[in-house]
Amino acid sequence: MKGLPSALRALLRRDLAIGRRIGGAASLGVIFFLCLVAITPFAVGPDQALLARIGPAILWISALLATLLGLDRLFQADAEDGSLDLFLLSETPLELIVLVKCLAHWLLTGLPLVAASPLFGLMLGLDARALGAVTASLFVGTPALTLVGAIGAALTVSLRRGGLLLAILILPLSIPILIFGVAAAAGAVGFVTPFLILCGLTLVALALAPFAAALALRHGAE
Amino acid sequence: MQIEASALSVERGGRIVFADLGFRLKAGEALLVTGPNGAGKSTLLRALAGLLPLAAGRIEVIPASEARRAELCHYVGHADAIKPSLTAFENLSFLSSLLATSPPRPGAPQVETALARLGLGAVVDLPAAYLSAGQKRRAALARLVAVFRPIWLLDEPLTALDLASQAIVLEIMAAHLAEGGIIIAATHATLAIAAAELALGRPARAAP
Repeated sequence: MKGLPSALRALLRRDLAIGRRIGGAASLGVIFFLCLVAITPFAVGPDQALLARIGPAILWISALLATLLGLDRLFQADAEDGSLDLFLLSETPLELIVLVKCLAHWLLTGLPLVAASPLFGLMLGLDARALGAVTASLFVGTPALTLVGAIGAALTVSLRRGGLLLAILILPLSIPILIFGVAAAAGAVGFVTPFLILCGLTLVALALAPFAAALALRHGAE
Repeated sequence: MQIEASALSVERGGRIVFADLGFRLKAGEALLVTGPNGAGKSTLLRALAGLLPLAAGRIEVIPASEARRAELCHYVGHADAIKPSLTAFENLSFLSSLLATSPPRPGAPQVETALARLGLGAVVDLPAAYLSAGQKRRAALARLVAVFRPIWLLDEPLTALDLASQAIVLEIMAAHLAEGGIIIAATHATLAIAAAELALGRPARAAP
Protein backbone atom coordinates (compact mmCIF):
# COMPACT_ATOMS: atom_id res chain seq x y z
CA MET A 1 0.00 0.00 0.00
CA LYS A 2 3.07 2.20 -0.01
CA GLY A 3 2.53 3.15 -3.64
CA LEU A 4 -0.95 4.43 -2.91
CA PRO A 5 -0.37 8.02 -1.83
CA SER A 6 2.15 8.72 -4.58
CA ALA A 7 -0.24 7.48 -7.29
CA LEU A 8 -3.00 9.69 -5.89
CA ARG A 9 -0.68 12.68 -5.59
CA ALA A 10 0.36 12.18 -9.21
CA LEU A 11 -3.30 11.99 -10.26
CA LEU A 12 -4.15 15.22 -8.43
CA ARG A 13 -1.17 16.99 -9.99
CA ARG A 14 -2.13 15.70 -13.43
CA ASP A 15 -5.78 16.75 -13.21
CA LEU A 16 -4.90 20.19 -11.88
CA ALA A 17 -2.35 20.66 -14.70
CA ILE A 18 -4.85 19.58 -17.37
CA GLY A 19 -7.52 21.88 -15.96
CA ARG A 20 -5.25 24.90 -15.88
CA ARG A 21 -3.79 24.51 -19.37
CA ILE A 22 -5.26 25.38 -22.75
CA GLY A 23 -8.41 23.36 -23.35
CA GLY A 24 -9.01 22.91 -19.62
CA ALA A 25 -12.25 24.35 -18.33
CA ALA A 26 -10.98 25.65 -15.00
CA SER A 27 -11.79 29.36 -15.36
CA LEU A 28 -14.97 28.82 -17.39
CA GLY A 29 -17.00 27.97 -14.30
CA VAL A 30 -16.32 31.31 -12.63
CA ILE A 31 -17.00 33.25 -15.82
CA PHE A 32 -20.30 31.39 -16.29
CA PHE A 33 -21.12 32.13 -12.63
CA LEU A 34 -20.41 35.83 -13.24
CA CYS A 35 -22.61 35.82 -16.36
CA LEU A 36 -25.57 34.31 -14.51
CA VAL A 37 -25.23 36.69 -11.57
CA ALA A 38 -24.81 39.66 -13.87
CA ILE A 39 -27.88 38.99 -16.06
CA THR A 40 -30.28 38.27 -13.18
CA PRO A 41 -30.75 41.96 -12.21
CA PHE A 42 -31.74 42.70 -15.80
CA ALA A 43 -34.47 40.06 -15.56
CA VAL A 44 -35.64 41.00 -12.06
CA GLY A 45 -35.55 44.75 -12.55
CA PRO A 46 -33.92 47.58 -10.57
CA ASP A 47 -35.32 46.69 -7.16
CA GLN A 48 -32.40 46.72 -4.71
CA ALA A 49 -34.38 45.30 -1.79
CA LEU A 50 -35.76 42.41 -3.85
CA LEU A 51 -32.31 41.60 -5.24
CA ALA A 52 -30.78 41.55 -1.78
CA ARG A 53 -33.57 39.21 -0.62
CA ILE A 54 -33.23 36.70 -3.48
CA GLY A 55 -29.46 37.22 -3.84
CA PRO A 56 -28.44 34.09 -1.88
CA ALA A 57 -30.79 31.97 -3.99
CA ILE A 58 -29.39 33.46 -7.22
CA LEU A 59 -25.84 32.75 -6.08
CA TRP A 60 -26.68 29.18 -5.15
CA ILE A 61 -28.51 28.39 -8.39
CA SER A 62 -25.67 29.95 -10.36
CA ALA A 63 -23.12 27.91 -8.42
CA LEU A 64 -25.13 24.74 -9.07
CA LEU A 65 -25.28 25.40 -12.82
CA ALA A 66 -21.62 26.43 -12.98
CA THR A 67 -20.64 23.19 -11.23
CA LEU A 68 -22.65 21.16 -13.74
CA LEU A 69 -20.78 22.85 -16.56
CA GLY A 70 -17.94 20.58 -17.58
CA LEU A 71 -18.84 17.90 -15.07
CA ASP A 72 -19.76 15.52 -17.92
CA ARG A 73 -16.08 15.44 -18.92
CA LEU A 74 -14.96 14.42 -15.41
CA PHE A 75 -14.57 10.74 -16.37
CA GLN A 76 -15.48 10.85 -20.05
CA ALA A 77 -12.13 12.28 -21.17
CA ASP A 78 -10.33 9.46 -19.34
CA ALA A 79 -12.69 6.82 -20.71
CA GLU A 80 -12.19 7.98 -24.29
CA ASP A 81 -8.40 8.05 -24.29
CA GLY A 82 -7.93 4.77 -22.42
CA SER A 83 -6.79 6.26 -19.09
CA LEU A 84 -9.78 4.68 -17.35
CA ASP A 85 -8.54 1.21 -18.36
CA LEU A 86 -5.23 2.01 -16.73
CA PHE A 87 -6.97 3.24 -13.56
CA LEU A 88 -8.52 -0.23 -13.37
CA LEU A 89 -5.09 -1.86 -13.79
CA SER A 90 -3.64 0.18 -10.94
CA GLU A 91 -3.15 -1.03 -7.40
CA THR A 92 -5.01 2.06 -6.25
CA PRO A 93 -8.71 1.40 -5.60
CA LEU A 94 -10.99 3.08 -8.12
CA GLU A 95 -12.99 4.63 -5.25
CA LEU A 96 -9.94 6.65 -4.16
CA ILE A 97 -9.22 7.63 -7.75
CA VAL A 98 -12.79 8.93 -8.04
CA LEU A 99 -12.37 10.85 -4.78
CA VAL A 100 -9.14 12.48 -5.95
CA LYS A 101 -10.67 13.39 -9.30
CA CYS A 102 -13.57 15.02 -7.42
CA LEU A 103 -11.09 16.91 -5.26
CA ALA A 104 -9.29 18.20 -8.36
CA HIS A 105 -12.61 19.18 -9.94
CA TRP A 106 -13.68 21.03 -6.80
CA LEU A 107 -10.34 22.83 -6.50
CA LEU A 108 -10.65 23.95 -10.13
CA THR A 109 -14.36 24.88 -10.24
CA GLY A 110 -15.89 24.85 -6.75
CA LEU A 111 -13.22 26.75 -4.84
CA PRO A 112 -13.02 29.65 -7.35
CA LEU A 113 -16.83 29.97 -7.08
CA VAL A 114 -16.56 30.20 -3.29
CA ALA A 115 -13.76 32.76 -3.59
CA ALA A 116 -15.74 34.85 -6.07
CA SER A 117 -19.06 34.68 -4.23
CA PRO A 118 -18.47 37.61 -1.78
CA LEU A 119 -17.66 39.87 -4.72
CA PHE A 120 -20.65 38.69 -6.74
CA GLY A 121 -22.85 38.93 -3.65
CA LEU A 122 -21.82 42.56 -3.36
CA MET A 123 -23.03 43.08 -6.93
CA LEU A 124 -26.46 41.85 -5.81
CA GLY A 125 -26.46 44.20 -2.82
CA LEU A 126 -26.15 41.60 -0.04
CA ASP A 127 -25.27 42.90 3.42
CA ALA A 128 -22.20 41.80 5.33
CA ARG A 129 -23.96 39.05 7.29
CA ALA A 130 -25.49 37.54 4.14
CA LEU A 131 -22.16 37.73 2.30
CA GLY A 132 -20.48 35.71 5.02
CA ALA A 133 -23.36 33.21 5.20
CA VAL A 134 -23.44 32.69 1.42
CA THR A 135 -19.69 32.17 1.23
CA ALA A 136 -19.66 29.73 4.15
CA SER A 137 -22.61 27.75 2.82
CA LEU A 138 -21.09 27.55 -0.67
CA PHE A 139 -17.76 26.47 0.81
CA VAL A 140 -19.44 23.57 2.57
CA GLY A 141 -22.05 22.82 -0.09
CA THR A 142 -20.13 22.89 -3.39
CA PRO A 143 -18.12 19.73 -2.57
CA ALA A 144 -21.44 17.92 -2.23
CA LEU A 145 -22.51 19.22 -5.65
CA THR A 146 -19.28 17.91 -7.19
CA LEU A 147 -19.58 14.54 -5.46
CA VAL A 148 -23.22 14.00 -6.40
CA GLY A 149 -22.34 15.17 -9.91
CA ALA A 150 -19.57 12.58 -10.08
CA ILE A 151 -22.19 9.82 -9.76
CA GLY A 152 -24.01 11.26 -12.77
CA ALA A 153 -20.75 11.71 -14.67
CA ALA A 154 -19.86 8.06 -14.04
CA LEU A 155 -23.30 6.85 -15.13
CA THR A 156 -23.18 8.80 -18.39
CA VAL A 157 -19.49 8.10 -19.10
CA SER A 158 -20.06 6.09 -22.25
CA LEU A 159 -22.71 8.36 -23.74
CA ARG A 160 -21.50 10.67 -26.48
CA ARG A 161 -23.72 13.58 -25.41
CA GLY A 162 -24.19 12.75 -21.78
CA GLY A 163 -24.18 16.35 -20.54
CA LEU A 164 -27.92 16.86 -20.77
CA LEU A 165 -28.76 13.48 -19.27
CA LEU A 166 -26.28 14.25 -16.51
CA ALA A 167 -28.16 17.44 -15.65
CA ILE A 168 -31.48 15.58 -15.59
CA LEU A 169 -30.02 12.90 -13.30
CA ILE A 170 -28.23 15.28 -10.98
CA LEU A 171 -30.58 18.23 -10.52
CA PRO A 172 -33.21 16.27 -8.52
CA LEU A 173 -30.47 14.81 -6.32
CA SER A 174 -29.07 18.25 -5.61
CA ILE A 175 -32.39 19.67 -4.37
CA PRO A 176 -31.68 18.91 -0.67
CA ILE A 177 -28.28 20.56 -0.96
CA LEU A 178 -29.89 23.59 -2.59
CA ILE A 179 -32.65 23.83 0.02
CA PHE A 180 -30.33 23.80 3.03
CA GLY A 181 -27.64 25.83 1.28
CA VAL A 182 -30.05 28.66 0.48
CA ALA A 183 -31.69 28.37 3.92
CA ALA A 184 -28.33 28.83 5.62
CA ALA A 185 -27.36 31.65 3.27
CA ALA A 186 -30.67 33.55 3.52
CA GLY A 187 -30.82 33.18 7.28
CA ALA A 188 -34.64 33.24 7.49
CA VAL A 189 -34.61 30.27 9.89
CA GLY A 190 -31.27 31.07 11.47
CA PHE A 191 -27.87 30.09 10.18
CA VAL A 192 -26.62 27.26 12.35
CA THR A 193 -29.30 24.58 11.90
CA PRO A 194 -29.48 24.52 8.09
CA PHE A 195 -25.69 24.96 7.91
CA LEU A 196 -25.11 21.87 10.05
CA ILE A 197 -27.59 19.86 7.98
CA LEU A 198 -25.71 21.03 4.86
CA CYS A 199 -22.45 19.82 6.44
CA GLY A 200 -24.16 16.49 7.08
CA LEU A 201 -25.31 16.22 3.47
CA THR A 202 -21.77 16.88 2.26
CA LEU A 203 -20.38 14.20 4.56
CA VAL A 204 -22.98 11.70 3.36
CA ALA A 205 -22.07 12.52 -0.25
CA LEU A 206 -18.39 12.15 0.62
CA ALA A 207 -19.01 8.72 2.08
CA LEU A 208 -21.30 7.34 -0.62
CA ALA A 209 -20.51 9.04 -3.92
CA PRO A 210 -17.03 7.52 -4.51
CA PHE A 211 -18.46 4.00 -4.15
CA ALA A 212 -21.48 4.70 -6.35
CA ALA A 213 -19.38 6.39 -9.04
CA ALA A 214 -16.71 3.66 -9.01
CA LEU A 215 -19.41 1.00 -9.35
CA ALA A 216 -20.90 2.84 -12.33
CA LEU A 217 -17.46 3.25 -13.93
CA ARG A 218 -16.65 -0.44 -13.56
CA HIS A 219 -19.86 -1.34 -15.36
CA GLY A 220 -19.31 1.37 -17.94
CA ALA A 221 -15.87 -0.02 -18.75
CA GLU A 222 -17.27 -3.40 -19.72
CA MET B 1 5.38 -17.33 -13.68
CA GLN B 2 2.79 -19.00 -15.88
CA ILE B 3 -0.58 -17.98 -17.19
CA GLU B 4 -3.16 -20.57 -18.00
CA ALA B 5 -6.52 -19.92 -19.63
CA SER B 6 -9.08 -22.62 -20.17
CA ALA B 7 -12.50 -22.75 -21.82
CA LEU B 8 -12.68 -18.97 -22.11
CA SER B 9 -15.81 -17.52 -23.53
CA VAL B 10 -16.79 -13.87 -23.69
CA GLU B 11 -20.12 -12.38 -24.54
CA ARG B 12 -20.68 -8.84 -25.70
CA GLY B 13 -24.09 -7.34 -26.33
CA GLY B 14 -25.71 -10.77 -26.19
CA ARG B 15 -23.40 -12.16 -28.87
CA ILE B 16 -20.73 -14.73 -28.12
CA VAL B 17 -17.46 -13.28 -29.40
CA PHE B 18 -15.49 -16.47 -28.88
CA ALA B 19 -16.00 -19.64 -26.88
CA ASP B 20 -13.94 -22.47 -25.49
CA LEU B 21 -10.58 -20.83 -25.94
CA GLY B 22 -7.58 -22.03 -24.05
CA PHE B 23 -3.83 -21.60 -23.90
CA ARG B 24 -0.96 -21.90 -21.50
CA LEU B 25 2.13 -19.75 -21.43
CA LYS B 26 5.27 -20.28 -19.36
CA ALA B 27 7.77 -17.61 -18.34
CA GLY B 28 9.58 -16.26 -21.39
CA GLU B 29 6.91 -17.33 -23.87
CA ALA B 30 4.88 -15.19 -26.21
CA LEU B 31 1.53 -15.70 -27.87
CA LEU B 32 0.40 -13.96 -31.03
CA VAL B 33 -3.35 -13.63 -31.36
CA THR B 34 -4.31 -13.39 -35.01
CA GLY B 35 -7.54 -13.34 -36.94
CA PRO B 36 -9.68 -11.15 -39.16
CA ASN B 37 -11.22 -7.87 -37.95
CA GLY B 38 -13.94 -8.52 -35.44
CA ALA B 39 -12.65 -11.97 -34.56
CA GLY B 40 -12.31 -10.97 -30.91
CA LYS B 41 -8.58 -10.25 -30.58
CA SER B 42 -9.04 -7.03 -28.61
CA THR B 43 -11.87 -8.57 -26.62
CA LEU B 44 -9.60 -11.44 -25.59
CA LEU B 45 -6.87 -9.04 -24.44
CA ARG B 46 -9.33 -6.93 -22.47
CA ALA B 47 -10.76 -10.05 -20.84
CA LEU B 48 -7.26 -11.20 -19.93
CA ALA B 49 -6.57 -7.79 -18.38
CA GLY B 50 -9.73 -8.14 -16.32
CA LEU B 51 -11.44 -5.24 -18.06
CA LEU B 52 -14.22 -7.47 -19.43
CA PRO B 53 -16.07 -10.18 -17.52
CA LEU B 54 -15.81 -13.78 -18.68
CA ALA B 55 -19.02 -15.56 -19.63
CA ALA B 56 -17.29 -18.87 -18.88
CA GLY B 57 -13.85 -20.29 -18.28
CA ARG B 58 -11.01 -19.33 -16.02
CA ILE B 59 -7.70 -17.53 -16.19
CA GLU B 60 -5.07 -18.50 -13.71
CA VAL B 61 -1.71 -16.99 -12.93
CA ILE B 62 0.75 -19.45 -11.39
CA PRO B 63 2.13 -19.05 -8.78
CA ALA B 64 -0.95 -17.49 -7.27
CA SER B 65 -0.12 -14.07 -5.85
CA GLU B 66 -1.80 -11.58 -3.60
CA ALA B 67 -2.14 -9.07 -6.40
CA ARG B 68 -5.15 -9.09 -8.68
CA ARG B 69 -4.35 -10.31 -12.20
CA ALA B 70 -4.88 -6.77 -13.49
CA GLU B 71 -2.00 -5.58 -11.30
CA LEU B 72 0.40 -8.02 -12.96
CA CYS B 73 -0.51 -6.90 -16.47
CA HIS B 74 0.49 -4.10 -18.77
CA TYR B 75 -2.31 -3.41 -21.20
CA VAL B 76 -1.60 -1.28 -24.27
CA GLY B 77 -4.84 -0.91 -26.19
CA HIS B 78 -5.87 1.13 -29.21
CA ALA B 79 -6.22 4.26 -27.11
CA ASP B 80 -2.86 5.67 -26.07
CA ALA B 81 -3.96 7.21 -22.72
CA ILE B 82 -1.81 10.23 -23.56
CA LYS B 83 -3.21 13.63 -22.53
CA PRO B 84 -2.61 16.19 -25.28
CA SER B 85 -2.10 19.15 -22.93
CA LEU B 86 0.62 17.42 -20.89
CA THR B 87 4.16 16.85 -22.10
CA ALA B 88 5.41 13.37 -22.93
CA PHE B 89 7.41 13.46 -19.69
CA GLU B 90 4.41 14.47 -17.55
CA ASN B 91 2.24 11.83 -19.21
CA LEU B 92 4.69 9.03 -18.58
CA SER B 93 5.63 10.09 -15.06
CA PHE B 94 1.93 10.12 -14.13
CA LEU B 95 1.34 6.70 -15.69
CA SER B 96 4.37 5.21 -13.98
CA SER B 97 3.24 6.54 -10.58
CA LEU B 98 -0.24 5.17 -11.27
CA LEU B 99 0.93 1.74 -12.40
CA ALA B 100 3.92 1.35 -10.09
CA THR B 101 3.72 -1.67 -7.84
CA SER B 102 4.59 -1.66 -4.19
CA PRO B 103 7.19 -2.36 -3.04
CA PRO B 104 8.95 -0.57 -5.89
CA ARG B 105 11.23 -2.77 -7.94
CA PRO B 106 14.87 -1.78 -7.39
CA GLY B 107 16.70 -0.46 -10.42
CA ALA B 108 13.53 0.57 -12.24
CA PRO B 109 14.46 2.85 -15.11
CA GLN B 110 13.71 6.56 -14.88
CA VAL B 111 10.97 8.14 -16.95
CA GLU B 112 13.57 9.96 -19.11
CA THR B 113 15.43 6.72 -19.75
CA ALA B 114 12.25 4.98 -20.81
CA LEU B 115 11.34 7.78 -23.21
CA ALA B 116 14.89 7.87 -24.60
CA ARG B 117 14.75 4.10 -25.13
CA LEU B 118 11.74 4.64 -27.41
CA GLY B 119 13.56 7.42 -29.27
CA LEU B 120 11.57 10.28 -27.72
CA GLY B 121 14.53 11.93 -25.96
CA ALA B 122 14.22 15.08 -28.04
CA VAL B 123 10.51 15.69 -27.44
CA VAL B 124 10.10 14.97 -23.71
CA ASP B 125 9.13 18.57 -22.95
CA LEU B 126 6.74 19.03 -25.86
CA PRO B 127 2.98 18.91 -25.17
CA ALA B 128 1.75 15.58 -26.51
CA ALA B 129 -0.70 17.42 -28.79
CA TYR B 130 2.29 18.24 -31.02
CA LEU B 131 3.44 14.63 -31.27
CA SER B 132 2.68 12.52 -34.33
CA ALA B 133 0.53 9.40 -34.06
CA GLY B 134 3.63 7.22 -34.06
CA GLN B 135 5.32 9.32 -31.38
CA LYS B 136 2.20 9.14 -29.18
CA ARG B 137 2.19 5.39 -29.64
CA ARG B 138 5.83 5.27 -28.59
CA ALA B 139 5.08 7.41 -25.52
CA ALA B 140 2.33 4.92 -24.62
CA LEU B 141 4.68 1.96 -25.12
CA ALA B 142 7.35 3.64 -22.97
CA ARG B 143 5.39 2.62 -19.87
CA LEU B 144 6.35 -0.98 -20.63
CA VAL B 145 9.95 0.05 -19.97
CA ALA B 146 9.26 2.48 -17.13
CA VAL B 147 7.20 0.13 -14.95
CA PHE B 148 7.93 -3.56 -14.62
CA ARG B 149 4.96 -5.87 -14.90
CA PRO B 150 5.42 -9.52 -15.85
CA ILE B 151 2.53 -9.96 -18.29
CA TRP B 152 2.24 -7.70 -21.33
CA LEU B 153 -1.04 -7.53 -23.24
CA LEU B 154 -0.38 -5.62 -26.44
CA ASP B 155 -3.08 -4.73 -28.92
CA GLU B 156 -1.50 -3.99 -32.30
CA PRO B 157 1.70 -2.68 -30.68
CA LEU B 158 3.35 -1.68 -33.96
CA THR B 159 0.49 0.42 -35.36
CA ALA B 160 1.70 3.79 -36.73
CA LEU B 161 5.34 3.05 -35.90
CA ASP B 162 8.13 3.57 -38.45
CA LEU B 163 10.50 0.72 -39.25
CA ALA B 164 13.23 1.89 -36.87
CA SER B 165 10.79 2.17 -33.95
CA GLN B 166 9.25 -1.19 -34.80
CA ALA B 167 12.72 -2.72 -34.46
CA ILE B 168 13.19 -0.99 -31.08
CA VAL B 169 9.83 -2.23 -29.79
CA LEU B 170 10.62 -5.77 -30.95
CA GLU B 171 13.98 -5.53 -29.14
CA ILE B 172 12.21 -4.42 -25.97
CA MET B 173 9.74 -7.30 -26.30
CA ALA B 174 12.57 -9.80 -26.85
CA ALA B 175 14.38 -8.44 -23.78
CA HIS B 176 11.21 -8.83 -21.71
CA LEU B 177 10.87 -12.45 -22.82
CA ALA B 178 14.54 -13.10 -22.06
CA GLU B 179 13.91 -11.78 -18.52
CA GLY B 180 11.14 -14.35 -18.08
CA GLY B 181 8.18 -12.13 -18.93
CA ILE B 182 5.08 -13.17 -20.82
CA ILE B 183 3.72 -11.35 -23.89
CA ILE B 184 0.32 -11.79 -25.48
CA ALA B 185 -0.02 -9.62 -28.56
CA ALA B 186 -2.87 -9.18 -31.01
CA THR B 187 -1.52 -8.36 -34.41
CA HIS B 188 -1.98 -8.46 -38.15
CA ALA B 189 1.71 -7.98 -38.85
CA THR B 190 4.20 -10.76 -38.33
CA LEU B 191 6.28 -9.99 -35.25
CA ALA B 192 9.90 -11.11 -35.39
CA ILE B 193 9.83 -12.86 -32.01
CA ALA B 194 9.53 -16.53 -31.25
CA ALA B 195 5.89 -17.03 -30.38
CA ALA B 196 3.03 -19.48 -30.46
CA GLU B 197 0.01 -18.45 -32.48
CA LEU B 198 -3.62 -18.43 -31.53
CA ALA B 199 -5.89 -17.92 -34.52
CA LEU B 200 -9.34 -16.51 -33.81
CA GLY B 201 -12.36 -16.26 -36.04
CA ARG B 202 -14.16 -18.43 -38.54
CA PRO B 203 -11.59 -18.67 -41.36
CA ALA B 204 -8.97 -19.99 -38.98
CA ARG B 205 -11.36 -22.45 -37.39
CA ALA B 206 -12.47 -23.84 -40.75
CA ALA B 207 -8.90 -24.85 -41.52
CA PRO B 208 -8.11 -28.47 -40.67
